[in-house]
Parts: sequence; C-alpha cells; structure tokens
Amino acid sequence: MRVEAKLLLGLGAFFGVMAVVYWNWGHENAGGVMMFAGMLLCLVPGSYYYWWSRRMKARPEDDPNATQGEGAGVVGSFPGSSIFPFTLGMGAFFVVLALVFGIWFLVPGLGLAAWALLGATAEGRRGGHV
Amino acid sequence: MRRFVALPLGALALSGCTVPAFGAHKGATTESSSVFHLWQGFSIGAVIIGGFVTVLFVYAILRFRRKGDNIPRQAQYHLPAEVIYTVVPILVVFGLFAATLVVENKEVANPKANVTVDVNAFQWGWKFTYPHTETVVIGQTTQDPTMVIPVNTNVHINLTSTDVIHGFYVRAFNFSRYALPGVLNQFTLEAVKTGNFSGQCTQLCGLYHSLMFFNVKVVSKSQYTAWLASTANPVAFAAAQKTTGQQTATQVPTKPASSHGDN
Amino acid sequence: MVDLITPPPAIIDVDHDGDEGHDEHHGATGILKWMTSTDHKVIGLSYTVTSVVMLIIGGLFAEIIRAQLASPNGTLVSLAQYNELFTMHGSVMIYLFAGPFAFGGLANIIVPIQIGAPDMAFPRLNALSYWLYLMGSITMLMGFFTAGGAANFGWVAYAPLSNSINTPGAGADLWIGGLLLTGFSAIFTGVNLTATIFYLRAPGMTMFRMPIFTWNMLVTAILILLAFPVLTAGLIMLYCDRHFGTHIFSVAGGGVPVLWQHIFWFWGHPEVYILALPFFGMATEIIAVFSKKPVFGYKSMVFATLSIGALSLGVWAHHMFTTGVVLLPFFSFMSLMIAVPTGIKIFNWIGTMWRGELWFSTAMLMALGFLFTFLIGGLTGIYLASPPLDFFTHDTYFVVAHFHSIVMALVLAGMGGLYFWGPKITGYLLNEKFGRIQFWFLFIGTQVFTFPQYILGLDGMPRRIAMYPHSPQWKTLNDWSTFGAILVGISMIVFVVNVGYSWKKYPCGDNPWDAQTLEWFTTSPPPHHNFYRLPQIRSERPTWDYNHPEHRSLAHGTGGTGTHHEPPLANAIVGALEHDQDHDA
Ligand code: HEM
Ligand SMILES: [Cu+2]
Ligand SMILES: [Cu+2]
Repeated sequence: MRVEAKLLLGLGAFFGVMAVVYWNWGHENAGGVMMFAGMLLCLVPGSYYYWWSRRMKARPEDDPNATQGEGAGVVGSFPGSSIFPFTLGMGAFFVVLALVFGIWFLVPGLGLAAWALLGATAEGRRGGHV
Repeated sequence: MRRFVALPLGALALSGCTVPAFGAHKGATTESSSVFHLWQGFSIGAVIIGGFVTVLFVYAILRFRRKGDNIPRQAQYHLPAEVIYTVVPILVVFGLFAATLVVENKEVANPKANVTVDVNAFQWGWKFTYPHTETVVIGQTTQDPTMVIPVNTNVHINLTSTDVIHGFYVRAFNFSRYALPGVLNQFTLEAVKTGNFSGQCTQLCGLYHSLMFFNVKVVSKSQYTAWLASTANPVAFAAAQKTTGQQTATQVPTKPASSHGDN
Repeated sequence: MVDLITPPPAIIDVDHDGDEGHDEHHGATGILKWMTSTDHKVIGLSYTVTSVVMLIIGGLFAEIIRAQLASPNGTLVSLAQYNELFTMHGSVMIYLFAGPFAFGGLANIIVPIQIGAPDMAFPRLNALSYWLYLMGSITMLMGFFTAGGAANFGWVAYAPLSNSINTPGAGADLWIGGLLLTGFSAIFTGVNLTATIFYLRAPGMTMFRMPIFTWNMLVTAILILLAFPVLTAGLIMLYCDRHFGTHIFSVAGGGVPVLWQHIFWFWGHPEVYILALPFFGMATEIIAVFSKKPVFGYKSMVFATLSIGALSLGVWAHHMFTTGVVLLPFFSFMSLMIAVPTGIKIFNWIGTMWRGELWFSTAMLMALGFLFTFLIGGLTGIYLASPPLDFFTHDTYFVVAHFHSIVMALVLAGMGGLYFWGPKITGYLLNEKFGRIQFWFLFIGTQVFTFPQYILGLDGMPRRIAMYPHSPQWKTLNDWSTFGAILVGISMIVFVVNVGYSWKKYPCGDNPWDAQTLEWFTTSPPPHHNFYRLPQIRSERPTWDYNHPEHRSLAHGTGGTGTHHEPPLANAIVGALEHDQDHDA
C-alpha cells in the first residue's frame, strides 16, 4: 500500500507546485483551477492510502518474499455474468439521443437505466447469475 | 554547463547562412530570419541526436540478430549509461530553451511602429484597415485582398476576428497568429524584402476555409505613400471600399491579448 | 456471484460452479453470452475487435481525404463533405480507435493476467464501459445519416465555430453525445484499471515487480481520471451554449472562446499520453521478449513513465501558442522537458536490444518500426515546443506530419501487440509470412505518407484544406503522400486477410515466444479466472525465472555469461510451426 500512496502523493505534490507556479506567473484562472483540482484528485486518495498503509499489515502483494499460499482465501466477489451493464449502456445511449433528437427519448433511456440499477442491485443480493 | 551547450548552438544559429536550410527559408522580415536561424539550430540538434540514435539502433539490429538458441547475459542496469542519457538531454533542453527565449522575445516585442494596419478576419475573407487614413481593403473568398506595407519599416498589426477563429499566416514571415473574436492580438514586423507574398487562413473557420487567401505586398516607402494617397480616393481604387463611420468590423468588444488576466 | 478462493499453494481452484474442468458459465450461449459476459477477456476482445473496425473506418475516411488532395482542385468530395471527413477521421481515430484499443482492448485483457488477478476489480463496470464505448461510437458515426451531415468543426471543436449558429444540426450534437458516452467509458476503465492494479496483484507481485506494460497502464489510468472529467465538463458546457442559451464560450454574451481551448487541451494533451503510454508499454514488452533480455533500466523506465505523466498535465497550452494569450515560456519549458523522459525510454529500448539475441518475428518488426517512426515524430515534436517555431508551423501540414509520425508509430506498436498477445487471447498464432508483408507495407507506407507532408508544411500548406488552387506545385508531394496512404491501406487489407487465413490454424501453446511475464504462465487462452496455478513471483519476469532459473536478471557488474540452452518445448513448437508456414504460405 505504501508505494501506491507515495505514488499518488508525489504526483499530487508535483501538480500542486505546478499550480502555484503557473497561477503566480500567468494569473490565468482556468488552468490554475484545473491543476489545483488535479492536485486534489491525487492527494485525497493518496492520503487515504497513506493513512491505511500505516495502520495495516503489509499485504502479500506488497511483500517481496510472499509465497502463493499466503494469498489463499477469498480474493473477492466476481459476478459470473450479468445483463445489466448492457441494459444500463442502452439506457445511457437513449438518454444521449434525447439530447439530440428530443426529450421523449428519455422515457426508454431512464426506464432502461432504472431497470438496470434495480436489477443489478437485486442480482447482487441474490448472489447468483442471471 | 548550460552555457556550454547553449553557446555552440547559438553560434551555429548565428552563422546561419552556411548551414543547410533544413526545408525552411529565411523569409522576408527581420523576425522571420531569426526564426529561420532558430530552426537551423534545432535541426542541427535533431540531426545529431536522431543520427546518433539511428546509428545505435541500426547497429543493434545488424549486430545482435539471433544466432541459435543462446541466452544472452541478462544485464538490466548500467548506471553510468543511464545517468549520461538523462543528464545530456536535460542540458540540451536547457540550450534549446535558452535559444527559444531569445527569438521569442524578439517576436513578441512591440517596438515603436510607424505604420499600423488593422487586420480583421471574417467568414470568409479579410479586411485591412489603415487607421488615420481613408484606406480600407476588403476581399472575400475569391477576391484575395492585398495588404500593402512599406519595406524596412516597423509595421504594427492589430489582429481581430468578427466571428470565429481564423489564422493569419504568411509563409514569407515564418509566422502565424490566431485572429480571435473578442481579443485584440498585436504584433510588429519589419519587412526587409519587397515583393508579393501570399497568405492564407490556417485555422479551420467553416465551409470556405480552404479559400481564404490574401496577399501581402511589400513596396518601397515612396510607393507606399503613393498607394495610400491613391486609395484615399475611392474612385481611383476599385477594389477598396471607403470607411463609412465605423472603424473596425468587429461587432464584439475586443480587449488586448495578454497572458496576464482572466484568459 | 462467485467468491474466488485462492489456492492452497500452487493450485488455484477457479471453478466456482464446482463442476470440474468446466470453465464457462452455464446458461447463456451465443450472442446472449457475449452480451452478458463480465469476463475481462471477453470484454477486452470485444473492445479490440470494435476498435480495429474503427481503425478501418477511420482509415477509409483518410483514404478519401488523400484521394481528394491528389489534385489541387479535387472534386471527389465537396468542401462541406471534406470538413466532415477530416473531423470524423480525427475523431474516430483518436476517440474510438487509439484509446479504446489500448486501454479497453489489450490492457483489459493483459493487465489482470500480468499481475496474477482473476479478473478486473469491477467486472460489471468493465462491461458497462464496453457498452458505453460501443454505443458512443455508433452515436458519433450516426451523424453521417442526419440531414446536416456529421460534425465538421475538426476533432477539437473550437468555439465559437462549434456553437449553434456556425454549426447547427444534429451531427454536432451526436458528436458531443458520442463523446460523452465514450468519455464515461474511459473514466470507468480508468477506475477499473487503477483498482485492479492497486488491489488484485498476486502475492509477491510488488509494485516494482509489475511489468512495464502494467506500469504504463497504471499511469494511463491515472491520467484518464485526471483528464477525462475535464473533457466531459467542457462538453456539457458546449452543449449548454448550443441549446440552453448560456454564453460560456461566446464573446457576445461575455464568454471567452479561448476557455474552450484551455479546457479541451487540458484534457487533450494528457490524452496524447493516454494514447501513447500503452503502446510504449507494448513495445517495451515485445522488445524485451524478442531480445531475450530483461527490460533495460526497468526502474528508470518506470520513473520516465511517471514523469511523462506528471509533466503532461502542465503542457496543454503548447497547442495554443498562436492564440497569443498564453504563458509562452512556462509551456515551452514544460514541453521541452517531456523530451527528457521520452529520450530515456528510447535509450532504454535500445539498451534492451543491446547484446541481446534479436528474433525478428512480426511482433518484433512492428515494435522496431514503432521505435524508428516514433523517434521521428518525437524529434519533430521538439520543434513544436518552441513557440517561434510553432508560430511558423502551426496548423500547417508540418504538424499533421508530426502527429502522424506519432500515431502511425502507435499503430505499428498496436499491430505488434496483436501479433504478440493475440495468440495468448485466442490460442492461435497469426501467419508470420503475411505478418512480414503487412509490416513492410505499413512501415514503408507510413514514411512515404508522412515525409512529403513535412515538406509541404514547411512550404506553407495549411491543414484542413480541401483544395489548393493557388499552389498547384504541391501536387507532386501530395501524390507521394497519397501513395503512402495507399500502402498503409494495403497493409490493413493484408492484416484482415491474415486473420482470415490463419483462423484457428496454428495452435500456439502456453508460451510460444519464450516470454517473460506472468500472462505467459497460464494457458492460451487463459481459463475463466485466468490461472490454475501461479509461480513464485520474485522479479518482474516470473515466467522467465520459472523457465530459466539459471538466467535471472543481473544487477550491473555481477558476473554471468551467455550459455547454450535447450529451447523450451513451446519454442520448439513455434520453430516447427514457422517451418510449416513456409510450406503452405
Ligand atoms: C492510413 C492512415 C492515415 C492517413 C492516410 C491519414 C491521413 C490524414 C490526413 C491527410 C489528415 C489531414 C486532413 C486535413 O488536415 O485536411 C489527417 C488528420 C488527422 N488524423 Fe490521420 N491519417 C491516418 C491515420 C491516423 C491515425 C492512426 C490517427 C490517430 C490515431 C490519425 C489522427 C488524425 C487526426 C487527429 C487528424 C486531425 C483531424 C483534424 O484536423 O481535425 N490519423 N489524417
Ligand atoms: Cu480559415
Ligand atoms: Cu500536446
């Protein structure tokens, strides 16, 4: 975890320095704001990781001498298959078409999206495949 | 160390004439020849570095092709080499940057000018207005208007756009600048050669972007004065149109371009 | 849902359903299976196929563009159509081919396997990424079927040309909508890659043992997360300007047109590296494997990638030098600085080849072609980082030539990636003879197509023009460029023919190239959750260490000499295969 944290903190620090230099030199707001936001985007998760890295045991993937056996156990939950990403994608597609061709496309768009969200949640609860 | 790199580059740049042109040209203004020399400097650097890398690359390809199933030495690091090819490029970059600054400062400087031309770009044509005179030249797509300027004189250009972004580009000046709506872009140039030079819009501006031509005619000072006088009389100069009250064609509030301030 | 249990030492039980030796999920088959799959390999393959189709579509547009420019007064297409063509060419290539091919296609498939993960961290989000990308592509291309035609304001959509007065019509809105969808798809992929790399590495796979390709994908993913939200926000602003009467980018209402450029390029320059870094990674892996050596300067490679990523956020306005409203020295300096890590990479690639045993397979040829072409593009890029030289060449064909040297280098590396990893994904090799033919067409075509453009640009030919009636002398060079484009087109045909010809012909075994990283440890194609067993991971080349325990990487200065060794079985198979191909090709 420590390397991940340092990576993000380092990038964030660099963007911070750049933001300061840029803004003081150019007084140009748009770029200054965007670089500042870039800094935050690195520092926030970076400090979270750092906080954790000081409080947790090194994970097997952080241990150069780990054996494969140390990874035994539940890695995570991986859904086998699901129709809902497709459904949600189609919903988003219709929502975008609504931006172009008219508001009524929102009906299928939001409908599909709602179905996908409900379905995916239920699927997660059920813990099975479609 | 930095000077060490910048010096030979600068020296090469200054002795430009004996150095190959690398596809570019000296152009017709004082600024364009500085740009040309910078171009040569960069090109020499590129040829040296590119040539060096290509030689290494081709050598490696020829020399190390597979001959059987040997496993080569699994070397992964060579600190001195890595340091060298980190440090040398940094020095080169400093040199290039220093040379860039010199030419850039020349180009963005606004020395005192004797002649001013307001250049206004619009879809799809150009309008050249000569302030404090009656002269205005306008041309649309197929009319290719001509901007006349005197030789050996600092000419100050005020560049604006009426609608979308256009690009004011004259190859003989080795220079281009956007004509932005709402922004007054200013630059100064000094032509050192007389002649007819072609210019063209380089920034996509819609349907007839391909046909947004204009010309720049650099003439002697006396010819320039004569031309101004002749065009002041609208009858004598058919292609030009007389200003009728309005000073520029901009419909939008225009403020001077600067990197300081809100955009 | 499947709780994946990692194994008692050395054996992973990936079979979540309990029925032995059956890797597929029960139930759906055929198209439904494809639609519902959340397996990163299936999704990645869909991504790869879709993006190659986009490459072909974008390539067709390019061929039409080149045909039009073959004469000074080309009449093949109208001025209006020409604007649509280059806009859609650029948009399809950048938004729908290069990025998705790399981070949605190959990275999606390879990264989890390279780090020993069973899948991407968020499989359903991954599937959603693909559907958003596919529908976004369709949305953008739908523009051609609307009354006003497709978007025609260039792939950068500069305000105020892109507002509703100058570009009315559905084509422009479809372009915005398509980009919104693909933008979100990219963001989700970025999230997924980062999470996968941070959380799903196998035991012993420390950060500094990740293969360079994975490293590059990590930096790419972080850049995606930094850059794409900015583009999405900009697109929403643009849409509001077009339809809801806001004046964010219009002078008349007090807005600032240049703001669009700031926003666009704040995304756009990192995007350049989002496109490039994955392909750098592919080339790195290929060059190392076919030199039979570890990546030279692994650590400096990682730091070069990181510093390219870091610097790339501070250079956006080098695309805006000629606006006259940006801080020239700052952006010039930052842009020149990027040349340093880029140079380090090039030297590392050559260092990897140095004293190696180079095997010129198609993949290797493609990677070497990439290296050379990228070198040219990189050197000409340095010119453009200098404002005076940019004033001189901006918006001329010099710039077109520069970035095509780069992007065609990426196409070369990408093709190398397909020849290299394709067997891992499909289980079958592509024919090497066709591969070589394809390489030479692609490589020579690229140079013939870009080189005249450099000269044309210096001669003053602006980009995005449909005709050049005043300068008929440009015809000869344009013809050469068109000829090069035709060669590139032929190379694509050869590729398609090769895929058809080699279809399921040459089974490849687990590790046909005697490759080094973890993905070559598992079967080709890998099982559903990627591994039956994992080797001990003690370096960034676990598979190599396993196969050649006596030939681990050496630190500088330690001993060790090249020794003879028996080719591994897989290698022998390939040898026999090549032999076989010579007969039937
Ligand atoms: C067969 C290969 C290709 C050919 C023949 C080709 C040809 C061209 C030409 C002639 C232009 C200039 C159009 C003009 O300014 O009038 C152009 C523009 C462009 N190309 Fe390509 N290209 C090829 C491949 C690619 C690839 C692989 C990419 C990116 C991954 C790409 C990205 C672009 C972009 C971004 C533009 C700028 C579009 C614009 O000005 O808005 N091209 N291409
Ligand atoms: Cu134009
Ligand atoms: Cu850039």
